[in-house]
Amino acid sequence: MDAAPDARRTAVAVRDLRLALPEGGDRAYAVDGVSFDLVAGEILCLVGESGSGKSMCAHALMGLLPKAVRPAGGTIRLGDLDLAAQDEAGWRDTRGRRIAMIFQEPMTALNPLMRIGDQMAEMFEAHGLLTPRARRARVLALAEEVGLPEPGRIVRAYPHQLSGGQRQRAMIAMALALEPAILVADEPTTALDVTTQAQILGLIRALQARRNMAVLFITHDFGVVAEIADRVMVLRHGRVVEAGTAAAVLGRPQAAYTKALLAAVPSMDPPPRTPPGGLKAVEVAGLEKTYVTGGGWWRKPRRVEAARDVAFALHRGETLGLVGESGSGKSSVARLVMRLIEPDRGTVRLGDTDLTRLRGEALRRARSRIQMVFQDPFASLNPRRKVGRIIADGPMAHGVAEAEAMARARRLVDLVGLDAGALDRFPHEFSGGQRQRIGIARALALEPEVLVADEAVSALDVSVQAQVLALLEDLKQRLGLSMLFITHDLRVAAQICDRIAVMRRGEIVELKSAAGLFADPEHPYTRALLDAVPGRPRRAA
Amino acid sequence: MGLFIARRIGKGVVVLLAIVVLNFFLIRLAPGDPALVMAGEAGAADEVFVAQLREKFALDQPLPRQLASYVRNIVGLDLGYSVRQQMPVATLIGDRLPATLLLTGTAFLISLALGVLFGALAARRAGSLADTAITGVALLFYATPLFWVSLMAIIVFSVRLDWLPSFGFETVGAGYAGLARAADIAHHLVLPAMTLGLFFMAVYVRMTRASMLEVMGLDFVKTARAKGLAEGVIQRRHVLRNALLPVVTLAGLQAGTLVGGAVLTETVFAWPGIGRLMYEALLQRDYNLLLGVFVVSSGMVLVFNLVTDVVYRVVDPRIEAAR
Repeated sequence: MDAAPDARRTAVAVRDLRLALPEGGDRAYAVDGVSFDLVAGEILCLVGESGSGKSMCAHALMGLLPKAVRPAGGTIRLGDLDLAAQDEAGWRDTRGRRIAMIFQEPMTALNPLMRIGDQMAEMFEAHGLLTPRARRARVLALAEEVGLPEPGRIVRAYPHQLSGGQRQRAMIAMALALEPAILVADEPTTALDVTTQAQILGLIRALQARRNMAVLFITHDFGVVAEIADRVMVLRHGRVVEAGTAAAVLGRPQAAYTKALLAAVPSMDPPPRTPPGGLKAVEVAGLEKTYVTGGGWWRKPRRVEAARDVAFALHRGETLGLVGESGSGKSSVARLVMRLIEPDRGTVRLGDTDLTRLRGEALRRARSRIQMVFQDPFASLNPRRKVGRIIADGPMAHGVAEAEAMARARRLVDLVGLDAGALDRFPHEFSGGQRQRIGIARALALEPEVLVADEAVSALDVSVQAQVLALLEDLKQRLGLSMLFITHDLRVAAQICDRIAVMRRGEIVELKSAAGLFADPEHPYTRALLDAVPGRPRRAA
Repeated sequence: MGLFIARRIGKGVVVLLAIVVLNFFLIRLAPGDPALVMAGEAGAADEVFVAQLREKFALDQPLPRQLASYVRNIVGLDLGYSVRQQMPVATLIGDRLPATLLLTGTAFLISLALGVLFGALAARRAGSLADTAITGVALLFYATPLFWVSLMAIIVFSVRLDWLPSFGFETVGAGYAGLARAADIAHHLVLPAMTLGLFFMAVYVRMTRASMLEVMGLDFVKTARAKGLAEGVIQRRHVLRNALLPVVTLAGLQAGTLVGGAVLTETVFAWPGIGRLMYEALLQRDYNLLLGVFVVSSGMVLVFNLVTDVVYRVVDPRIEAAR
């Protein structure tokens, strides 16, 4: 940064911040003795895995801690004001005017019943600033500044009428309304597609530089850190593991934990692989699916093409990646292959059976040959059934005796790296990574030939993600599985896939070997996707 | 919006006709007919007399013909003639409907207003003594039999304190007119409307409370806090507005039952409403009158459903996009 010296002043100084968790938890403090400075014109990234306390630090700066979490020491100095010691009225004055915040989920962070412009104008209203007329003018100017298209129309729109990226722009406009000196961003791009994420990161960077703001940026993604951070602080279990400039922490990490985290980030260089040829486990031809919603006597229906002439082959022992942004149809294709939804046209062949033609009992039997691992390890396991039953249910439904099914479940939990005690426990007793292992064991219980993994590692922290990916790779080798791997994360795809198909609006625009795709992307959309992956320029430099 | 309402009215008419036909057959599934009842009351149960009665009131016609003439009459807004009361059904219902709508409508508004108010208060102080008291009292009114609450209210407020009249629609023979009459009716309305309203209130208290607590945990409430808005504004503008959506649904369902839903209250307070008319018609096998009441209440249900849908579209902008 070559800003003028007087611009490099400390905006907020946090010293020995300590936040107490309710008693009986697995640790006493959510945040324990954390100190940092936010400097005008600088972006500080707080990095850590889930439960590291990074989000708590952000909320402490806004005085928005959950009721159960109590401040238990430390100071937050803003000028000559100690925020940690002020009352609710003081906080109301600080929030929005001096420190503003943007959140992870731009859909849920906006009131669904209020127009965007009204929600932005509330910022001025809350602090008794400007007349309603002047507020409207400012709101328009702000919408323009954050690059919302047709500001005049968009301020009159409701949140559901905007795309994810537009909503996050609106949130940013709102946060900047009163020109706060400090912006707190809590995972603001995690819920966005990679190309949208790149745009939002660029916007935050530009605005921060223009207004000389101090930014506290919370993220779990080292790619994003590389893209945006001036300084980095790594948190683990509420304590600071390492802090320094972005170049120092990312380039020459000192702490073992930081090194491990960085090593767990999947690289964009696919490892050398020889794609297996030969027999086809799954062959998809001419698959079409169009969703039609709405429509009635007087209204035109809305059509979304989820699959347009999709064709690919999955060879035995191969992992084929389906990558694309949200709405590209990749999950629909996975469901069509599983025949969880019916195609409008086209065939799915499983070995020598035409899955699309089967009915009734024959279809039910064929289903055991292709199984799915779901994205959300919390929602995809029945919370009221013991793990053993969850795994054994499938085989028992296909006529395996209970004793044998349970024996198989025991072998499977061992196979996925859990101990046998897991069988008698309920899903909520496990961490996210462990649950995903249970999900994999359940899918394997029917001894399938093909595994469909729909964003199977997307909800996991990087270190856990790496373990689950290694497990999937290992199981594939040992059991001779074929895998259809759906993901939006190109780094993950690079690591696990033999070949990758890039989807956009229901179409496969490019399909080739992982190494070939990353080294020599042909389609412009593939190139745009690859360019948008955060943290790439640094790697290239 | 206009198109939407027109379409819904069109569908409503079709549904109403289907209900008319269904009701017609349903009521004839019950054993006995008006001729038998009348003959029984006249003390002459011989076959010839019954047959004469049936012929007189066209009850000897084949069912399809009875249905056809009935539907034709309904389309012409003629609800038929009550043999028992010797009056046109439309007149009978027209006499009673305003009293019922006044009672149930007032009770509905009381229950909705108090329910939302107390529900919001309880949610704001969830877990406190005030919360426990509000939900407890509301539940008490809901769990206690309506007639018992009514009788106790009469004993306390009419008999002991002598504040309010205990029965009737207005003071008989007082000859009030204009504003004085309105005040007199309002005076009579207080007890029945309050007891009925408090009974319905419990549901709104619970619904509003639960819904508010759910909305309070949502992200956009945190956004509102992050703006530095005052707590009262957050509660009213962000929490309550969103929390009222399920309450609107419930109120819409409830509004549909307004016409026929107050038999008990009308009986205890001798309120000259539709509920009692229907009950009497049922005992006397007065087919035409019963069918008339059915048609009118079905129509009311359809009207209130339409009103609910329109209200929903006004308060929730997402509906338009979904359909």
